[in-house]
Amino acid sequence: MTRFLLKGLLRDKNRSLFPIVIVTLGVMVSVLMYTFMLGVIDDMIRSNAKLDTGHVKVMSRAFSEIAQQLPNDLALSGVRGIISGLENNHPEMEWVPRIRFAGLLDIPDENGETRAQGPVIGVAADLLGKDSKEIERLNIETAVIRGRLPENPGEIVISDEFASNLGVEIGEQATLISATSTGSMALQNFRLVGTVKFGVGVLDRNMMIADISDAQYTLDMEDGASEILGFFPNLVYDEIEADRVADSFNEGVENPEDDFSPLMFTLRQQQGLGEYLDMTYLRIWIILGSFFFVMSMVLWNAGLMSGIRRFGEIGVRLAIGESKAHVYSSLLIESILVGIAGSMIGTAIGLGFSYYLQEVGWDISGMMEGTNMVMADVMRARITPESYYIGFFPGLFATFLGSAISGIAVFRRRTAQLFKELEA
Amino acid sequence: MKNGALITTSGLVKQYPVGRGHFTALRDIDLIIERGEFTGLVGPSGSGKTTLLNIIGALDFPTSGSAVVLGTDTTKLTHKTAARLRTEHIGFIFQTYNLLPVYTVFENVELPLLLLGMDQGRRKQAVMDSLEWVGLTDKAKSRPAQLSGGESQRVAVARAMVKRPGLVLADEPTANLDVENSHNILKMMVKLNKELETTFLFATHDQKVIDYVRRKITLIDGKVAEDIQTTPKSQ
Repeated sequence: MTRFLLKGLLRDKNRSLFPIVIVTLGVMVSVLMYTFMLGVIDDMIRSNAKLDTGHVKVMSRAFSEIAQQLPNDLALSGVRGIISGLENNHPEMEWVPRIRFAGLLDIPDENGETRAQGPVIGVAADLLGKDSKEIERLNIETAVIRGRLPENPGEIVISDEFASNLGVEIGEQATLISATSTGSMALQNFRLVGTVKFGVGVLDRNMMIADISDAQYTLDMEDGASEILGFFPNLVYDEIEADRVADSFNEGVENPEDDFSPLMFTLRQQQGLGEYLDMTYLRIWIILGSFFFVMSMVLWNAGLMSGIRRFGEIGVRLAIGESKAHVYSSLLIESILVGIAGSMIGTAIGLGFSYYLQEVGWDISGMMEGTNMVMADVMRARITPESYYIGFFPGLFATFLGSAISGIAVFRRRTAQLFKELEA
Repeated sequence: MKNGALITTSGLVKQYPVGRGHFTALRDIDLIIERGEFTGLVGPSGSGKTTLLNIIGALDFPTSGSAVVLGTDTTKLTHKTAARLRTEHIGFIFQTYNLLPVYTVFENVELPLLLLGMDQGRRKQAVMDSLEWVGLTDKAKSRPAQLSGGESQRVAVARAMVKRPGLVLADEPTANLDVENSHNILKMMVKLNKELETTFLFATHDQKVIDYVRRKITLIDGKVAEDIQTTPKSQ
């Protein structure tokens, strides 16, 4: 009987090809959407972690409350001691100090008068340390467009677009005008040795990168830092571990009375990233759920249409003695076969596109001009183990559900009407 | 009673609810149909022919009275056991053939045997025998769309006969056929009735069919108005 039903399924394109195409399309889109959105989130987490938040971040209590204003007068002091303690307690993680600052970058002419000037956002990291991984972590080396990386104290790189706007050339002098950690005016000359482009709109507009020693000297922050970032090995964010590390750190050092006491925050606790990630994940599931619903409706409808088309066949089968349960179960088995075939094909195609997007990506730099979002200019998908089976949820279950609902009509059919129904 | 009763109905009543009342389709039907009969239920539309066929075929249940078919009281059957009775012992022929379009002639005829769980070897032999009875062995691999109306109805007969049922119920089997095909089909049924001793019960108002039956039961308004043995004119 199974072979008989299979023959019918294969020969009747309306029962096999059409539903399989629908399931394939739905599953393909579901898989692609899932991997793409995961990739976008992953890129976002990685970019934010490397450039700004770390996987965990230590700031002073007061600094953390107005961190967006870059209040270096509230920055951490005794950073070497804090890092030493962190390295002892969490040796698996890497701890690095950073200074973020804002100011004006002034480009003087040959007479020392201002030739061009613009607001600048600065990031100071350990660029010159022998064992430092900051250059790699910030991806500066590959971001260099012109010139080279800082190799000596007093050297900086700025974003290429910023350099073009200021009309400054490699090798020229640039003066940072900012405020020290004690509130005094800070003025320091640097030599521009390179320009960079990160492919992240907000960073590429007016960014300056300097070695942290230069920033500490300029901003009068000896043994100080705006923040200490902690990174997990391989830059993979582990939310549970991040919570554990932050809790254990905060239990040890938290002092509610002291504005300068250090506090550790996880990536999710910074800048509303947690809510943003939750919303994004929720959106993924809403979109997948909507697909599941729409596909169920479409397949239910297809099942009803098929039921109408196969009205005579089902009637004959019931009349000659096939039980309703057997007819119903055969419809469900057909739907499972269609669902499995469609899900497998759809997953394979969806993964194919996902792989392309993972390796090559989708360049959206044109769309990112003028935005302030920390997002990579090339969006990529990310294939995870879940990607291999996520499509089976809408593909198989929606098909099964659609057939299960539409197939109920079999039980409502009255055998007493079969002679009349089959006259048509 | 030479062959023994195949169908016995006594006091058979079938009523359908209509609004607050009910419509009586069959009233006190007492019938005995013996094994090997070639009988026609005749009468105008709405006289209860198909309702009686439904009850005898275990497709419907009476409101009161009893119908014993092949030794089974159909009033005591569940849907499942009724389906089993139909699978094993009753063949159906419909007005509009109702062949399954995606299957070949062979596969259409094979279907009842698949439901019986017969093994492949016996199944193949039974299907070929059945197609031979109706003269369609050369069309075994054809699809229903490739057949004429007469050929389609012969396949339907082969499907009804393939399991060698004790009883074949046919509702207006010639209604969609021209005169020549109607006679061919009916002659074939008569032959099967004689050779295999299969009981045929027709619901019809087609004179061509009536001309072939050996017993004519006339129903009017749900009652047996006449039950007579006839001499077939067309055999």
